[in-house]
Amino acid sequence: MNPMELAGARPQPAFEVTFDGRTVEALPGRTIAAALWAAGITSWRTTRDGGRPRGVFCGIGVCFDCLVTVNDRPNQRACLVPARPGDVIRTQEGTGHAH
Amino acid sequence: MSEPLTCDVVVVGAGMTGAACALYAARAGLDVTVVDRGPVAGGTTGAGEGNLLVSDKEPGPELRLALLSLRLWADLAQELGREVEYEAKGGLVVAANPETLDALGTFADAQRAAGVTADPVPAGRLHDLEPLLAPGLAGGVHYPQDAQVMPALAAAHLLRASGARLLAGREVTRVLHTPEGTVRGVRTDRGDLHAPAVVNAAGTWGGELAARAGVSLPVLPRRGFVLVTEPLPPRIRHKVYAADYVADVASDSAALQTSPVVEGTAAGPVLIGASRERVGFDRSLSLPAVRALAAGATRLFPFLSGVRAVRTYAGFRPYLPDHLPAIGPDPRMPGLFHACGHEGAGIGLAPGTGLLIAQALTGHPPGLDLTPFRPDRFPPTAQEAEQ
Repeated sequence: MNPMELAGARPQPAFEVTFDGRTVEALPGRTIAAALWAAGITSWRTTRDGGRPRGVFCGIGVCFDCLVTVNDRPNQRACLVPARPGDVIRTQEGTGHAH
Repeated sequence: MSEPLTCDVVVVGAGMTGAACALYAARAGLDVTVVDRGPVAGGTTGAGEGNLLVSDKEPGPELRLALLSLRLWADLAQELGREVEYEAKGGLVVAANPETLDALGTFADAQRAAGVTADPVPAGRLHDLEPLLAPGLAGGVHYPQDAQVMPALAAAHLLRASGARLLAGREVTRVLHTPEGTVRGVRTDRGDLHAPAVVNAAGTWGGELAARAGVSLPVLPRRGFVLVTEPLPPRIRHKVYAADYVADVASDSAALQTSPVVEGTAAGPVLIGASRERVGFDRSLSLPAVRALAAGATRLFPFLSGVRAVRTYAGFRPYLPDHLPAIGPDPRMPGLFHACGHEGAGIGLAPGTGLLIAQALTGHPPGLDLTPFRPDRFPPTAQEAEQ
């Protein structure tokens, strides 16, 4: 069952953001992490040393595992930053400062 | 109550100093048990930056201990360097104006006479060492002996290398002694540990442990914050700090003092210190303190103003009234040894301290004169004087 039905949620209409150039629909009030998860995306960073994939771990802003580049600013916690219309979200490689 | 354990020496404290005491005591052939009421590196060790410094020390007993310790750190790095993120990165102390540079130059001359390598760096050469340093500084001094480790990893790996028995999460409630006053072990909240020697490596809580042995040692906390940036590619090569830092370290003021200390880490984040305040064991965040840290760091490295600070942490430096640690046997209680009160320099001073304690435990002559570090050098409190 759709969790929104369980919660009786009636969100405002969805808006669009992009993830690595692909359009993703996001509902108002969702964090970047929630919007990406809802679109079936679970990884948006690779580690500094091994290049291994990372996404949400703690989900509450503590672990800094879900870092992502949003509108060219790297190292933002996807689990805390609200998605906004037109956000350009990119997979962060390493420190995100290489380019 | 569990079965009483017997060993040669109980080290109280599983921080950097306790780990170094355990390592050198074990290598001297002693059977060592380390006990801590918290986890490994749960106190000041886990709240610092891991500095191994000679640059901030004036000639005297602490500098002699630092020079000994840095040699020992270099040996330890042969075994454990990668695991503990040892980096012989060197320090760069910079002066903002000619007056400060003069004072720094005089300080460095005295250090050089005491065996420190301290190379003057004219203003025009500062950027060869640190390309992203702010323009307009008057000059500086390069200290190639300064180094860095990741302190929590260092404590954990030294403990492991020692082979000592580790009892974490177990609190020493008192130091046991014979009717004649000689140490015979410790009582913990989960049973007794029997040993003819006990080492107080309880850091900022060393005064409390001393009291549980019935002796006084006036260790007090001096709070410091560290500001942590988002991980960056290597951009800051040395430990870089402003010359005013040395004056702050030596100061006796209780009020907030900050002087910028900036360094990169192997993991990527840049660490920004250093604040000093005497506010007891108050852990609450001080916005003025971290704001001053950020402002100081961006004065040294303007590019940091575009870098995000992601978190901050606080720790308590254990200081004694004369800013020297207590190291060695306690004449007031045979079998009791102290290894605490290293203030903000404990990671750097740990190996020397551990070696000196191991020498004292095994009856060998100390590698350094322990007189300045005597644990009973402070006047007794009014209460003790009465007894």
